[in-house]
Parts: sequence; structure tokens; C-alpha cells
Amino acid sequence: MSVLVDESTRLCVAGITGREGSFHTLNNRRYGTNVVGGVTPGKGGQDVEGIPVFDSWADAMSEVRPNTAMIFVPPRFAADAILEAAAAGVELIVAITEGIPAHDELRAYNVLERDYPGTRLIGPNCPGILSPGKANVGIIPASFFERGRIGVVSRSGTLTYQIGNEIARAGFGCSSIVGIGGDPVPGSSFVDVLELFEGDEETELIVLSGEIGGSAEEEAADYIAEHVSKPVVAYIAGFTAPPGKQMGHAGAIVSGSSGTAAAKAQAFEAKGVRVGRTPTEAAAIAVEVLGGASVGA
Amino acid sequence: MDLLEYQGKQLFARHGLKVSQGKAVTSVEDALVAADEVGYPVVVKAQVLIGGRGKAGGVKLAANESEAREHAGKILGMEIKGHVVRTLWIEHASDIASEYYASVLLDRSAKLPLVMFSTEGGVDIEEVAERTPEKLIRQHVDPLSGLSHAEAVQIATAGGADEDVVDGVADALVALYEVWLQEDATLAEVNPLIVTPEREVKALDSKVSLDGNALYRHPENQGLSDKENEDPLERRANEEGVQFVKLDGDIGILGNGAGLVMSTLDVVSQAGGSPANFLDAGGGSNAETIKQAIDLILANDAVKAVLVNIFAGITRCDEVARGLIAAFGEIEPSVPFVVRLDGTNDVEGRRLLSEAALDGVHTATTMNDAAELVVALAAGKPVEAAA
Repeated sequence: MSVLVDESTRLCVAGITGREGSFHTLNNRRYGTNVVGGVTPGKGGQDVEGIPVFDSWADAMSEVRPNTAMIFVPPRFAADAILEAAAAGVELIVAITEGIPAHDELRAYNVLERDYPGTRLIGPNCPGILSPGKANVGIIPASFFERGRIGVVSRSGTLTYQIGNEIARAGFGCSSIVGIGGDPVPGSSFVDVLELFEGDEETELIVLSGEIGGSAEEEAADYIAEHVSKPVVAYIAGFTAPPGKQMGHAGAIVSGSSGTAAAKAQAFEAKGVRVGRTPTEAAAIAVEVLGGASVGA
Repeated sequence: MDLLEYQGKQLFARHGLKVSQGKAVTSVEDALVAADEVGYPVVVKAQVLIGGRGKAGGVKLAANESEAREHAGKILGMEIKGHVVRTLWIEHASDIASEYYASVLLDRSAKLPLVMFSTEGGVDIEEVAERTPEKLIRQHVDPLSGLSHAEAVQIATAGGADEDVVDGVADALVALYEVWLQEDATLAEVNPLIVTPEREVKALDSKVSLDGNALYRHPENQGLSDKENEDPLERRANEEGVQFVKLDGDIGILGNGAGLVMSTLDVVSQAGGSPANFLDAGGGSNAETIKQAIDLILANDAVKAVLVNIFAGITRCDEVARGLIAAFGEIEPSVPFVVRLDGTNDVEGRRLLSEAALDGVHTATTMNDAAELVVALAAGKPVEAAA
């Protein structure tokens, strides 16, 4: 098992004919992901190294039945691409695009909630989802991750690679790595992905990597206390971030006294979740917990 | 992107939220002309992006020309918490019967717009929320249908607005929602929203934040914000499209990926150092990007040492190393560098760096080692020979 993407994934890519879109789509296919098509309006009938391109998501759906969409179109077209894929019946939409206006994200999220409750959105502004050995949808460099028992969920791309790589060096692998993205209105939150990992047999431990801004980490801490039986190790970036300054990610901003890294770490620790002070320490705790578990078993 | 009071008020007026007639000026003479135009008594208001300007003496009432001259002269050039006052807003003074509070913002947690209203305006709203939460009405709005006048009336009534101005307050709330929606704002706040003795509802102040990602839809808003008071380095970075935030320390930081850079700042602080900046060079860190980034970091005279922390995913360490070597050929930095390259092609990257034997460049393999090394270098402590 793993979550969200695996051997049954049938991927179709919005923006497949763009430079970034084609590069990463082919990378995903090379990894073994079943890429069934792409969508670029006006380029229907063409192909990208054998992958058929369609004019619309409706066309793609009737021809190749994708169950997963990856969004690689420029920010101003991204919300509509997400909604078009949902309208065509795609169950999982992974939006990589960075820089989408917050109001567009808000609209897309609420239209999905109202009209397509069965559709799950991951991102935008996220690195995607990797289930090692099975499928890679997005831009996560798969070479750092082995197949294994740790589920990783993160708001940041490079930080995920950093932690994942340290876990791999210690000899452990991952069930799935899910990047939920650094934007103010993510389609899926930590809570949504924690629920998936809790229900996934292969996942024995969950590493959660958060950062300043919003209250998704605090909500995750409450959820873990109530609903997650598996050990969770957390890391929070941004202890030194000054209030009112956006630290790269659109969502990474401390407003007044809320959204600070200290408050988030405290929220986790209050619920019994161990928090690594550095990425290295977070990875070490995860390894220690898993190692301890297997010795005791 | 945060707007100055008068810029926010111009957006308010555009969407039918009443404001007092006023003018933005940058000299005492223009202030007097403006005061004549709007009519005495006037309020002379410092335009800065920081709270507490009233307490700092940046907001003054002037009954006549000599008072206006005195206040404008004093406030222009005044420094309020590090922000120099370069612009004044001269507005006709309003008579105030009541002070309310109103705001519309994006509630990230609920993923919905949130309208807030209180009759306890004119004071710090966070205090109201804490001490008397029942006096702050919080109402989510369906973003797909928007805020109707009927809903706004309910909010005003629930908040305890005087009966005869419920309709006026509702109009103001709907207008504020339109500002938030049409201008792609993440926050549109009025504190205080006043009721005059003539029972008119007006915005006496404004706090508006616009979404930078949506500015392409609003070319007319692109020149806003407080450009003069922006840090010159941040402004330059902004123009170059680099994610850069100036901090108070002496260790320059260059990394790739927002999360990793934030984490790098933390790890450097934990090692006892103090970061001079946040700089995310992004995914494609080619030679040109690296050179531009190093230029920016070294333009800050406070920097005593620089940490380059790269975890290469899509980026390749050998490319970053080549970028660094090329950049050093042109810049010849006078401070020591610590370079930590990990991830894709890291061995090759470190080999290239070591072969180039750049002056003052040290390498490290882990983030923690790199942080400790750069902190020692910034403190002027002797370390082992450069790589």
C-alpha cells in the first residue's frame, strides 16, 4: 500500500506541451508512472514522445480514462484547469503551478467542495506525490527515496528532500511522500493526508514537515491527538522569521502573534508529538522510533 | 503587499465605501494647499506602514493654517519605528458619534472569506477579541455567492450597530467585501468605521493588503505600497524577481527552496549565529542566478560570512558549483563562504569546488556542520584550512 498514487494511477497532464510540463511528465513516465495523456487546448492530436495530447479534459476522459491530473499550466489559467479536470471526473488533481492568485485558489477550492466533493486536490504550489517503487506524480526527485514504512507530508519541497534523504541514509524508506504546498489555500491540508496515512497499512510512522503561517499545524496536532494511532514526528521551519514578512512561500508569513513556529512546535508537543529542532534531528527521531519499534517487536 | 492608508482609502472610494475628502502630499507647502482645498479643521496624518503612529505623534488635528504648517513640518521626515514619513494625508476632520470596526479577510483555516464587525472600534481589535469576544461578530461568507446586503444587515444587527445606521453599516460592509474581492485583497480593514453626528457611516482609516500574485489583473495597483520605505536591497531583489528578506544579523544565507532556506536560518541561529537575510535562489540555480544572489547578499555591509546551503533535487550540485566558481571569478568576495552541497551530483559538485580552490571558500557536507562553521567564521574564529 501507499497513498494517493501507485500502480493504478492513470496520469494526464495539463500543460504537457510546455517546457516544464513535458520535462517532468517524461521524468514521471521514466520512473514507471502510467502516463496516459496530456491536455493543451489547440494541440489535440499531437503527442509528446508518444503520449497523446487532447484539446480538453472531456476529450482526454473519453479517450484514455485518466484518474489523476497533474496541473502544470501558468498561474492565470491554473484554477480553470483544475476545475475542468474535476468536471471531467478526475478523482485526484495534483497542482504543481506556483503563483496562483489567492482568490482563484479560494474559488477553485470552494467550487470543488460544492460541485465535485469526490475530487481531491493536492497543492497548488507543491512538489507532488511520490510512492517509491510505484509512481511519481510531480517534481520530487525520486532517487532520494526508497520504498519503506515512513509516510512524509510537507508544505515545502526541498525540505522534504532534505529530511527524506537523511531517513534514506539511515537505511529507511517511505510509503509515500506528499507535498501539500506552501500556498494560503491548499486543496488538501495536513489533516487530510494524516487521515490517509493512518489508514494505510504500509505506513508505520508519519513525518510531518510544517512551516510558519496559518494554523494547519495546530489543527494537525489536534487531529493527531484524536485520530492518529501511529507515531508522528514533526519539524517546523521558520523560528527566526520576522513577523509580517513573507518568507518565499505565499503562505509563509507570521501575522501578529499567530502562525509562529514556536506556537506550532508547542501545539505538537502539547499533544505528545515529538518535534525535531533541525531536519536532521527530525529524521533521527523518526529512525529512532522505528528502530526501537522493530527491536521491541 | 500592504498599502498606505490613503492608497487603501482610494480603493475604498472606488467601490463606494465613504471616506473623507483628502489629499496625499509630500511637502509642507502642498499640505497647506490641500488643507485649503478640503477645508479646516484638517487632520494631518503620517503615511507609514506601521501601527502606533498616533502615539508617536504622527496624527494631528489642525484648526488653521499656522497649526497645519507646524504639524506638517514636524511630521514630515519624522521616523516612526524605523519608517521615515515621506507622505502626509491631509483630510477634513470628521465629527465622530461612534467608532466601529469592520474587516474582510481570507480565513485560511476555514478556506472562506471572513467578515468581522464590532461596535468597539478605534482600539486594538485583537484586545477586543480577547477581552470581550462576544463584541466581535465573525461571519463566514460563501465566496461563490458573495456578501448580500441582507447578510450584511444581519451582521450589523448582531454586532449591535445603532438601529438608524444598520443600513449604512451594511452598505459599508458590502462595499468593503467588494474591495476585498475586486481588488484581490487578502485583507481589507477599517478601524475605525465612524458614525458622524449626521449619521453618516465613513471609513476613517484603512488597512489593505493586496495579493502580489494577482497584481497582473490590476495594473493600476502596481505602483502602490510604500516604495520609499522599502529596504533598498529588498526593493532591488523584488525588481530582479529574487525572494529576498533583509534581516538584522551578519551571516548571509543563500539556499534553494523556501522551506529549506527558513530551516537554514533556524539552524544558523541555533548554532549561535545571526542571519543577515533570507534568500531563495529557487529551483534553477544556474551561474547567473547564483551570481545575482551573491551580489545581493554582499551588498549588505553587515555580512561577515556567507552560507550557501543547497539540497539539489531538480537542481544539480555540479551546476551550482560551476555557478559559484563563475560568480567568484567576477565578484572576488572579501568575506569567507561556507558551501554545503547535498543531493543530486553532490560528489561531483564538491570535487569541482575543491579543484577550483577558491580563496576563503570552505565546504561542508551536512547542514549542521555548515552552520557551525559559518558561525565560527563570522565570529572571526580560526577554522581549519579552506577546502
